[in-house]
Amino acid sequence: MSWDRVPVDLSGIRVLTQKDEFKGERVISYREAIREALSSALGRDTRVFIFGEGVDDPGGVFGTTLNLHKEFGQERVFDTPICENALTGIAIGASLAGLRPILVQMRTDFMLLSMDQLMNHAAKWKYMFGGKVSVPMVVRTIIGGGWGSAAQHSQPLQGLFTHIPGLKVVMPSTAYDAKGLLLSSIHNESPVVFVEHRWLYDHKDIVPPEPYFIPLGKGSLRREGKDLTLIADSFMVILAMAAARVLEKEGIDIELIDLRTIKPLDYDLILNSVKKTGRAVILDFGYKFCGISSEVSSFLMENAFEHLETSVLRVALPDVPTPASPILEKAYYSGEEQIITEVKRVLK
Amino acid sequence: MKNLVIDTGILKKMYYYLVKIRRFEEKIIELYPQQEMRCPVHLYIGQEAIAVGFCANLKKEDYVFSNHRNHGHLIAKGVDLKPMFAELYGKITGCSKGKGGSMHMVFPERSIMGTSSIVGGGIPIAVGTALASKMNRDERVVVVFFGDGAVDEGVFYESLNFASLKKLPIVFVCENNFYATNSPQENRQVNPDIYKIADFFLMPGVCVDGNDVLEIYKIAKEFIDRAKHGSGPSLIEARTYRWKTHVGPETDIEKGFRDEKEVAEWVNKCPLKKFEEHVLRNNLLEKKDLQEVGKKIEKEVQEALDFALTSRYPEEEDLYKDVY
Ligand SMILES: Cc1ncc(C[n+]2csc(CCOP(=O)(O)OP(=O)(O)O)c2C)c(N)n1
Ligand SMILES: [Mg+2]
Repeated sequence: MSWDRVPVDLSGIRVLTQKDEFKGERVISYREAIREALSSALGRDTRVFIFGEGVDDPGGVFGTTLNLHKEFGQERVFDTPICENALTGIAIGASLAGLRPILVQMRTDFMLLSMDQLMNHAAKWKYMFGGKVSVPMVVRTIIGGGWGSAAQHSQPLQGLFTHIPGLKVVMPSTAYDAKGLLLSSIHNESPVVFVEHRWLYDHKDIVPPEPYFIPLGKGSLRREGKDLTLIADSFMVILAMAAARVLEKEGIDIELIDLRTIKPLDYDLILNSVKKTGRAVILDFGYKFCGISSEVSSFLMENAFEHLETSVLRVALPDVPTPASPILEKAYYSGEEQIITEVKRVLK
Repeated sequence: MKNLVIDTGILKKMYYYLVKIRRFEEKIIELYPQQEMRCPVHLYIGQEAIAVGFCANLKKEDYVFSNHRNHGHLIAKGVDLKPMFAELYGKITGCSKGKGGSMHMVFPERSIMGTSSIVGGGIPIAVGTALASKMNRDERVVVVFFGDGAVDEGVFYESLNFASLKKLPIVFVCENNFYATNSPQENRQVNPDIYKIADFFLMPGVCVDGNDVLEIYKIAKEFIDRAKHGSGPSLIEARTYRWKTHVGPETDIEKGFRDEKEVAEWVNKCPLKKFEEHVLRNNLLEKKDLQEVGKKIEKEVQEALDFALTSRYPEEEDLYKDVY
């Protein structure tokens, strides 16, 4: 399995080009990996600070910031008023003054109150001033519903952020990636929206204890196959893996791309794979309408038409708000069965 | 503070900036009809005393944030007029390389980290730099200028609360010119006394004559010092008047937006005239001091204009640069 890690040389942090380079066998969860990245960044770089509603409470944002305030002090890890727009502006200002803010927005829905500062300000601040200033800041946010979280507590809004030039949007699916991508996001010079998935917090993976970077804008080939390419992000990668295993038993050989960063997209990785397989199904944990799946699909139409054996299909969220009832929730979210169905439609 | 004697050097400097802002804006009025400055311009004429009185108390390292009506704040902070004019003309030598226009200017070398044209938008960003000042313990003070219109916005209150909660080194300066575009303050705000908002946020709030640069200088000094010494933020409401129309070189009289008498009353309270009368009457400066300033500025404005006019436009491929 190729993990497609391109080395980045920054701050003397060792970069693991291949997962195999790490000889240890330490396994930790996605949530622990995120906490470890934050702890490492706070420890190495005095410019880094973390703020947001509840970051120092006993829950510690699903455990991802747990007790960091005790370790690094209340000045660098602190609770805030519930004022998402101002907080985002404050992150911009702090970054302009040389700091590296990490703003935590527990649920992506709440970020809608900060769209002015995120989209009108953070995203534009470099371009609008001819590149003379930049805002290296990270907004960590969490998607994924369940348990009746419903329409205002589980919206997958990452597609909205990708629509705005100037923002980078990252969506890790594994613990290993979560750590390396978060460290890269913190060291990046642009504003980054770092989208975590609640359902992944307990997923475990081999994660090196030392800090390492995974470059933004580079996807990963999770599985090599010849029949069809699944292009997935975030939790959809997990479902895609499961679907691929089922399909394998039926003699269908799936190639799986984990996008990891949804803005900018790793077009080369997508193109090379589809050139080989000639078929693609795109799986996005976001809205189907004007979403990542539409974007990747039109990219393939424009750039890989002659390599496609048949039309590209998509599995993504329907154009309705998230419901509460478990029966409706089940209908709302796709599972591996839907993926298998679409794959078979393409292969027919 | 009331009896503070302002030394001659500072008086001269303030006069220099008052006139410099006025002449810069007048040059725009003169040339704008040629349609070569292809961006909306919000002129600061009539309000000059506020920017000048505050910025005269600031060091180069102190941050200033501003809004769509930014020319005065930038000039008072001591920026070079050349890249300013070039930006108005959309040239590559503009302070924002032709990507910002009049409303979006940047001068990091003067701690102007970018101005926002979204009403209220610069306020939380200013608070963020103040937070950084406090965390870095580097004694850099922040002054953020905004209009009465920004007081309509929620982010203003969010920002005041946060700044006071964290005792940040920032002075909030509301330039109340009684209008936001063509909407008078009473159509928009239930309480005309903006400075009183400070009470709730447990910070000092003061109202000052926005056309009296000497008063502003003193108030600014008091609250900038206060911020610098770790005593936290304050809110200053400076009442003033915009002579020209909201955007562009015309006046509101010819457009029929405002009452001629109201405008005339305020023009009579001209901040430059007020200053000149005061310093001459009290023998603080001589007439020839004032005249020299005028000549020097004339030349500077002309040079800046020539620079802008002879500069190149950006190349088409510059469109794609500096997004990330
Ligand atoms: C969020 C937002 N809403 C509306 C506008 C349009 N607009 C531009 S300037 C302005 C009035 C601002 O008034 P004020 O803050 O008092 O500043 P002034 O122009 O009087 O200096 C408005 C409404 C805007 N730029 N941003
Ligand atoms: Mg106004």
